[in-house]
Amino acid sequence: MQLLRRLMPRKGLHSTKFFAWALIAPAAAYMCLIVAWPLVETIRLSFTNSGLGIEDYVGFANYEKLLSSRKFPDTIGRTFYWMFLSVGLKLILGLIGASLLAANLKGKAAFRVLVMPPWIVPIAIGCIGWLWLYNGHFGILSGVLQNLGIIDGPFEFLAYKNSAFYSAIVTDVWIGTPMITIFLLAAIQNVPRDLYEAAYIDGASRWYRFRRITMPQIMPMFASMALLSAIWTFNSFEIIWILTEGGPRGGTTTLIVDTYKTAIANYKYGQGATRAVLIVAILAVFSLLYLWLVNKVNKKYGDEK
Amino acid sequence: MIDKYSALEKLGLYTAIGIFLTFMLLPFVEMLLASLRPLTHLFRSPYQFWSDDMSLQAYSDIWVTVPKLPRYIFNSVFLASMTTLICMVFVVPAAYAYARFQFRGKAVSLALFLAVNMFAGAVLLIPLYKLLRGMGLLNTYWAMIIPGAAFLVPTGIYLLKSFLEKIPKELEEAAFVDGASRLYTLRRVILPLAVPGLIVVGVYSFIGAYAQQFLFAITFNQKRDYMPLPAGIFEFIGYQEVIWNQMMAASIIGILPVLFIFLFLQKFLMAGLTAGAVKS
Repeated sequence: MQLLRRLMPRKGLHSTKFFAWALIAPAAAYMCLIVAWPLVETIRLSFTNSGLGIEDYVGFANYEKLLSSRKFPDTIGRTFYWMFLSVGLKLILGLIGASLLAANLKGKAAFRVLVMPPWIVPIAIGCIGWLWLYNGHFGILSGVLQNLGIIDGPFEFLAYKNSAFYSAIVTDVWIGTPMITIFLLAAIQNVPRDLYEAAYIDGASRWYRFRRITMPQIMPMFASMALLSAIWTFNSFEIIWILTEGGPRGGTTTLIVDTYKTAIANYKYGQGATRAVLIVAILAVFSLLYLWLVNKVNKKYGDEK
Repeated sequence: MIDKYSALEKLGLYTAIGIFLTFMLLPFVEMLLASLRPLTHLFRSPYQFWSDDMSLQAYSDIWVTVPKLPRYIFNSVFLASMTTLICMVFVVPAAYAYARFQFRGKAVSLALFLAVNMFAGAVLLIPLYKLLRGMGLLNTYWAMIIPGAAFLVPTGIYLLKSFLEKIPKELEEAAFVDGASRLYTLRRVILPLAVPGLIVVGVYSFIGAYAQQFLFAITFNQKRDYMPLPAGIFEFIGYQEVIWNQMMAASIIGILPVLFIFLFLQKFLMAGLTAGAVKS
């Protein structure tokens, strides 16, 4: 490092700093164009009545209209319920899956590969598979339930408000779980083995070792997965759109679906932008809360090492 | 000793794994079964798992029902490849800078990159639409490639950075001593050593690009000639009826490219993805 520093002139065009920024600049410019500028533009649009051919400044009218609309409390509530339920299930299933795949069993390499397909396959195609499963007349779910005598006739999972919502949750969990499983598995395998051996010699049970060694050790990874998953689930659009387009009767309309419906399907860009701004604001608050939490987690678990 | 399980424990573990994998793979099994059946059979109730009228008929019919299907498949692979390529062009230099140099604003700018993960394409659709229209790119391949690649860049930088950090600094120092320029060093010394990392980031981007074509395709592109498969596949849903068996057959075919890439490179991918992530 000494040598490197001496060899690199520190000022002017050839300074390390200049070179580093020159390398980063293309990516940064790209992000400004595709993410930062659209974000600013979204905020501006949210104060206009922008639509097909018109665009006038309207102040906070869009926000007032959104907040006072009859459907809005439902949509917000549904969005948060959607996120917490889905992320919770993904984390629980992911943790169970990772623990199972970490077990030293014959065939574990194959199991690890078999978990991945829902993640790597195009979301739209996975959803087509689920459309088929949820089909009342010829889907396997309705068929099995009929055979078991739980339901009398064919049941269309996506035709009723509640069943459509929970069906969409199941599909979302199905798509989101593999990644969490694989990352938690990696974290579990990264736990120093001597910790387990020491506990084992002291007679600690498997459950005790999981609770007192595995969990604290993988906590940082668990926390990152929780946040990433929460953001993606909040913004999960394709799954709902393909399964139900937000219906029936708005039963699966989350904030992101509402944004799309308003802006793209109904050409109300201004009102759509208002919803997009709201999403960004909620997620920003969420991320800050998370960073604060991670700091605490790291302090609690990180220092013990 | 510590990893030994009793027979009962083994049974329990295998059962649990079986249930877990059933959940993960059930839709694919069902898709495969549906694709093998004649359409009339599909509408037959009650549900049957196995029947003797299975055939590969749907796999030859799909090309007639949706004549543009080969085009859609080509589009999908082409879009994902181009997206990956463009993503890498931006990722490699930036990741190298973050891995090797200390400079003011490093932590902040890296955090800003990662913050991009907060935005899904769906949130920014309206201005992106205007932007692409302004550049005259609506209804072209670029309308799907440019936004698609952007959302893969931040994670790509992060993954490749942790790879590059593992390459010993001494190698660069030696090259400098020999009078090599910085760019020459990056190109001829670092990149060859970083090939495993490049593969991981490349495959990650490809899978991501292939998986997430639907939204940008239905929003920014109206031309059927440029449609990727995930959007084109909905042509099997007609006005009168859904041709389920053929839609499933086309879906299975649409899965194959990404499945092959994944199976060939999965060892690389799993180790690589998680190595970068665990360290932090």
